[in-house]
Amino acid sequence: MKKILNTLILAVFVIVSILVSYWLGQQAYSWMPAQGTAEAKRVDGLFSFLVTLGTFIFLGIVGLIMYSILTCRASEGDFSDARPDRGNPKLEALWTGIPILLVLWIAAQNFSIYQQIDIQGLTPIVHLHIPSATEPADAATIVNNNAKPVSEQIEVVAKQWSWTFRYPARNVTSTELHLPVNQSASLAMRSEDVIHGFYVPEFRLKQDIIPNRIITFTVTPLREGKYRLHDSHFSGTYFATMTADVYIESPEAYTQWLAQAAARKPAPAKNQAVAEYARRQEYGFKSNWPSVAPAKPPIVNYSS
Amino acid sequence: MTNNPIEGIASAHESEHIEQETGWQRYFFSTDHKVIGIQYLVTTFIFFLIAGLFSMVMRGELVTPESDIVDRPLYNGLFTMHGTMMIFLWIIPTQVGLANYLVPLMIGARDMAFPLLNEIAYWIIPFAGLLLLSSFLLPSGTAQAGWWSYPPVSLQNPSGHVFNGELFWILGIALLGISSIMGGVNFVTTIVKMRAPGMTYFRMPIFVWTVLSAQLLQLFCLPALTGAAILLFLELTLGAPLFNPFKEGSPILYQHLFWFYSHPAVYVMVLPAFGVFSEVIPAFSRKPLFGYRSVALASFGIAIVSTLVWVHHMFASGTPGWMRMLFMLTTMLVAVPTGVKVFAWAATIWNGKLHLQTPMLFALAGVVMFVFAGITGVMLGSTAFDLHVNNTYFVVGHFHYVVYNTITMAIFAAIYYWFPKITGRMYAEGWGKLHFWLTFIGANLTFFPMHPLGLQGMVRRISSYDPQYQSWNIVASIGSFLLGMATLPFIINMVGSTLQGRKVSDNPWHATGLEWTTSSPPPVENFEEIPVVTSAPYGYGKSKAPSPGATDRE
Repeated sequence: MKKILNTLILAVFVIVSILVSYWLGQQAYSWMPAQGTAEAKRVDGLFSFLVTLGTFIFLGIVGLIMYSILTCRASEGDFSDARPDRGNPKLEALWTGIPILLVLWIAAQNFSIYQQIDIQGLTPIVHLHIPSATEPADAATIVNNNAKPVSEQIEVVAKQWSWTFRYPARNVTSTELHLPVNQSASLAMRSEDVIHGFYVPEFRLKQDIIPNRIITFTVTPLREGKYRLHDSHFSGTYFATMTADVYIESPEAYTQWLAQAAARKPAPAKNQAVAEYARRQEYGFKSNWPSVAPAKPPIVNYSS
Repeated sequence: MTNNPIEGIASAHESEHIEQETGWQRYFFSTDHKVIGIQYLVTTFIFFLIAGLFSMVMRGELVTPESDIVDRPLYNGLFTMHGTMMIFLWIIPTQVGLANYLVPLMIGARDMAFPLLNEIAYWIIPFAGLLLLSSFLLPSGTAQAGWWSYPPVSLQNPSGHVFNGELFWILGIALLGISSIMGGVNFVTTIVKMRAPGMTYFRMPIFVWTVLSAQLLQLFCLPALTGAAILLFLELTLGAPLFNPFKEGSPILYQHLFWFYSHPAVYVMVLPAFGVFSEVIPAFSRKPLFGYRSVALASFGIAIVSTLVWVHHMFASGTPGWMRMLFMLTTMLVAVPTGVKVFAWAATIWNGKLHLQTPMLFALAGVVMFVFAGITGVMLGSTAFDLHVNNTYFVVGHFHYVVYNTITMAIFAAIYYWFPKITGRMYAEGWGKLHFWLTFIGANLTFFPMHPLGLQGMVRRISSYDPQYQSWNIVASIGSFLLGMATLPFIINMVGSTLQGRKVSDNPWHATGLEWTTSSPPPVENFEEIPVVTSAPYGYGKSKAPSPGATDRE
């Protein structure tokens, strides 16, 4: 009788765990930012899979431990030993073998998703040893091996602590990144000082920008809207201020913006790091520790 | 006495410190491994409190989206010093302190193999710690490039001074590295050469296995970090163009050198914690450790695989695709030997007779939260997902579940468990439980919210953030203040119980293991007579005198 009851409890527990795992796996999509690219959909699918599997494993192990805690307590003052059980080779082989298979399964899932992202052009094309950092970036021809045709080529310049985007086709510079929706854009990124990182959470892509190299990757935004670009690689004192607005817009709005920007005269942009540095005595508890002086605000046609 | 060749060396030193045994001097000039162990524990706990205060200032800053409590250079200095001190002055050396106290007792030795080296290795710790802290007084301030100290940011030195925070950081790390190498040589020699007669490798407690594997890792990997620190020094002070990308240097090379040590370092930190779980859980379940041999071998499995995973910190650093895939696989493989351990602990408490006293509470909670950390760890190993959360708070949440919610929980479990051995007195159980619950709740409140924040894209190391992230940040900050408060009952308990605690027998837990066969506290040379070991460890299940109330409830 007790055995049947135990089997029943176990069965109910496994079923409940599967249901909860599935439910949490579905919830996982909502923990992520909006899906701005095709890559985002794939990464979220992978995350959902990992959450489902992870929840099941967590519930299994923690359920086992909680069951023991609730049912196997020694009574007060009972310091006698429990029945010794030194191991079980079959069981141990099982809990070594199954995780190996699980890990291989997860890795295979990852590999296939990574390959799909790869086709979208995540792999950075790295140009080593640019002769001189001061040379205009359009001197470096951007090689692109990706199958997908690239409609826009944009140069990204990161420095302490500002982002500048240059659209060589129209010779427009901006502190905002505008991209047409549903079209591939190739970003040729370089840094003028330290390592920075290109990260828009909605794109699910992240790429460090190593100084003195041009790193190119292709992105295809699928959803219109305003997003935020963050420097993702710690870059010194005003790291937190190094953000930029990203606008994904219809091709018409994009062309209109480019034309409007091209008509403007280049002027220094507002820059938070420069502003804070100038008034650094006014912020918070003053350590008076010196900082690298921010680079001069970029001179651009368009800034917010 | 024994056939151990090293025994003679140790005895020579022991005869010296017998004379110094009385008075305050013994805490300064003793080479007794137990005194040095306590010195490590107390010193590192002070650094833990200081680095914890830094994190509370940071959490205070992060209550609001704006940068308003401390200015940006100070914030950067605080997280740099918090990380550096927690890792190199708390987690690693405090476990060295535990191992110092316990390993010779557990293997039936009279001291460490090289007692004087042991003392020197200890004294480097407070010196290096004060050196690091003194950089707060420099005109340049402390190092501000994070505990990774990646060039080129770490080498920018805006102060222009030769004596700057980064230099002090480099010197501190190099010194602590030397201390750790000394410790590594000492532990490995002690465990290999000084085991009591009959103490074969497969009769050693798991804690000794984990210390051995962790210290072998130190010896193998630490030179990479010390080398990297020296190279940083050459570039910072002498201008050697090693890492400067504009002078043909490679900043990526530094990342490889740094993580070649600093990832295995995580296992240097977590392995002894696993050792603590493997001692505490059987004692409070009244059962032998399930699958002893596989748990022992899993320690070495973890150590070996962990030397081959470091690139997973660099998935976004312009790393080629084949490397991303290779290191993804090796990273995930770590889950296998760690899984073996977790299953063994779960099987140990199964059908046990559990006593949920403070050490057991800390150990069980540590295991449960480690399972969570392991799952997020496999997620982070998944390259495609990692590219989203790399350098976000998801990573910060993950590793705090490892270093705090697993390892620090294990350290507390160990301190409570061996407290009666170290002092001969019992801690106050009520205060211990209060400490446990405050810590458990505080730690989850602090570190869980970091996962959703990271998923939403909040990058780490920022002192101002977009307002959309504020609510989870407030929860984390409240949690961190609670976590800070949680140390108070611990301190009161430790001080009060050391002075006034109830005197207890040599083995109040009825635990197995050689350390429980000697008096509490153990005499200077540990044992009246070196014990002869005749059986496997964890000999629970031999006391066949259950008291009347005991029933085998399934």
